[in-house]
Amino acid sequence: MAHEHKLEIFRGLLKFKSNTQKIWGVLIFLTIVTAIEVVLGIYKPDILMHTWLSPFEGGFFATLGNIILSPFIYMKPLNLIFILLTIVKAYYITWDFMHMRDEKPSLRRAVVWTGVFLICYLIFILLQEGGYVFEVYNTKDALIKRDF
Amino acid sequence: MDTTVANTGTEGKTWGGGNRPMGSSYGKLMMWFFIVSDALTFSGFLAAYGFSRFKFIGEWPIADEVFTHVPFFHGNYPMIYVAFMTFILIMSSVTMVLAVDAGHHMNKAKVTLYMFLTIIGGAIFVGSQAWEWATFIQGDYGAVQTKGGNILQFGEYVTVDGEEKFKRISIDDFAVTEASARTEHERKNGLWFVDEAPLPDYTVSEIYSGLAANSNILVRSQLINEEGEKTVLSREESLKQIKENGKLVVKGANLVVNEYGTSLFADFFFFITGFHGFHVFSGVVINIIIFFNVVLGSYERRGSYEMVEKVGLYWHFVDLVWVFVFTFFYLV
Repeated sequence: MAHEHKLEIFRGLLKFKSNTQKIWGVLIFLTIVTAIEVVLGIYKPDILMHTWLSPFEGGFFATLGNIILSPFIYMKPLNLIFILLTIVKAYYITWDFMHMRDEKPSLRRAVVWTGVFLICYLIFILLQEGGYVFEVYNTKDALIKRDF
Repeated sequence: MDTTVANTGTEGKTWGGGNRPMGSSYGKLMMWFFIVSDALTFSGFLAAYGFSRFKFIGEWPIADEVFTHVPFFHGNYPMIYVAFMTFILIMSSVTMVLAVDAGHHMNKAKVTLYMFLTIIGGAIFVGSQAWEWATFIQGDYGAVQTKGGNILQFGEYVTVDGEEKFKRISIDDFAVTEASARTEHERKNGLWFVDEAPLPDYTVSEIYSGLAANSNILVRSQLINEEGEKTVLSREESLKQIKENGKLVVKGANLVVNEYGTSLFADFFFFITGFHGFHVFSGVVINIIIFFNVVLGSYERRGSYEMVEKVGLYWHFVDLVWVFVFTFFYLV
């Protein structure tokens, strides 16, 4: 049969003998990632609960730095780790379970680039707006008071 | 005389027909189209969830305090059950991809077995989801909703292993039952053309009396403090808030009220996990149809198990979505 599978994961670091073996290998990897997430989620190490950087103050370059480093400035390291691990899991589900690794680059790009671009745009615009509404509610001169 | 044009002069050329765009069959390509659009739908929901969460970032419920139950066990086990559900879904993804692999080798017996296991995994997941919903709807400690729609919860400080912790107390444990509570209006005991929703188990004044009688109980507000924990009010402030602002006693969660905090949290939980659960359910149904086709030998006769591959793509996509739902509802 003409179903050829690429049997390497981790950029060739790990090579499997058969497709079935690769599937079990990926399962083990995904289980380990999920276990790490759950353990971190239960214990929540203190060191990961506060941002390591605080926003830069000052002119244009400080703002630029805040934008470029925003995942480290505005996000708890723990949440950043969770999101990165989620994307790692999504990558292996798509590449190995959905056989994206074996598809032609044109199909892969048509699916991944379209999705990633639109989703990034959607997330950016909605989270930006949500943060703005929070500011409207919670600044010192906000018209809406804490009602209780 | 030839009246039809049999030869177009394009034979053997790229546009002569018979080519597969992107090297993929029509069915698989269409499944990818569907998956991309469905992925955008789900990311729209999750981004809307993020929008509402950013809007109420200072008071959003902490997932670890909401989903703490495991079937057949009492106690506080955050994350364990949902981690189990995630594992079940990943596992059923694995059996699905093994079915696809067996299909490539035209091994009917193995495809049948792995499809069956996939269906079982999907059914366990949907069942767990239902249990999770039931627990969430039932609630555990109960709370008082204020005039402004905020939630006030109850608890006391206890020392566990030399560490002072805030332990939640159920409203059932301290509310004082008063005789003055009014009865529920039904069609048979009042206006026959008007209905009333069931009354809460307690009135705010019963909760207040209970709170006043137990000096150890404090009120916890929705606001998240510097340490990332919900703010606990002082004793005087607790009594004052319940007396002045308490409006409704809530237990559990539905689309209107939510004892765990902002009602938007419950709305998005029901909507997104419900939409995902619906995908899992339809995935199970499609899997069952394909399973019977496999058993009846349709694909054996067709000479290709590509249908299994196509339904497999959908099934993996459902798993993919759950990975994100898991992160944004339970972890972050």
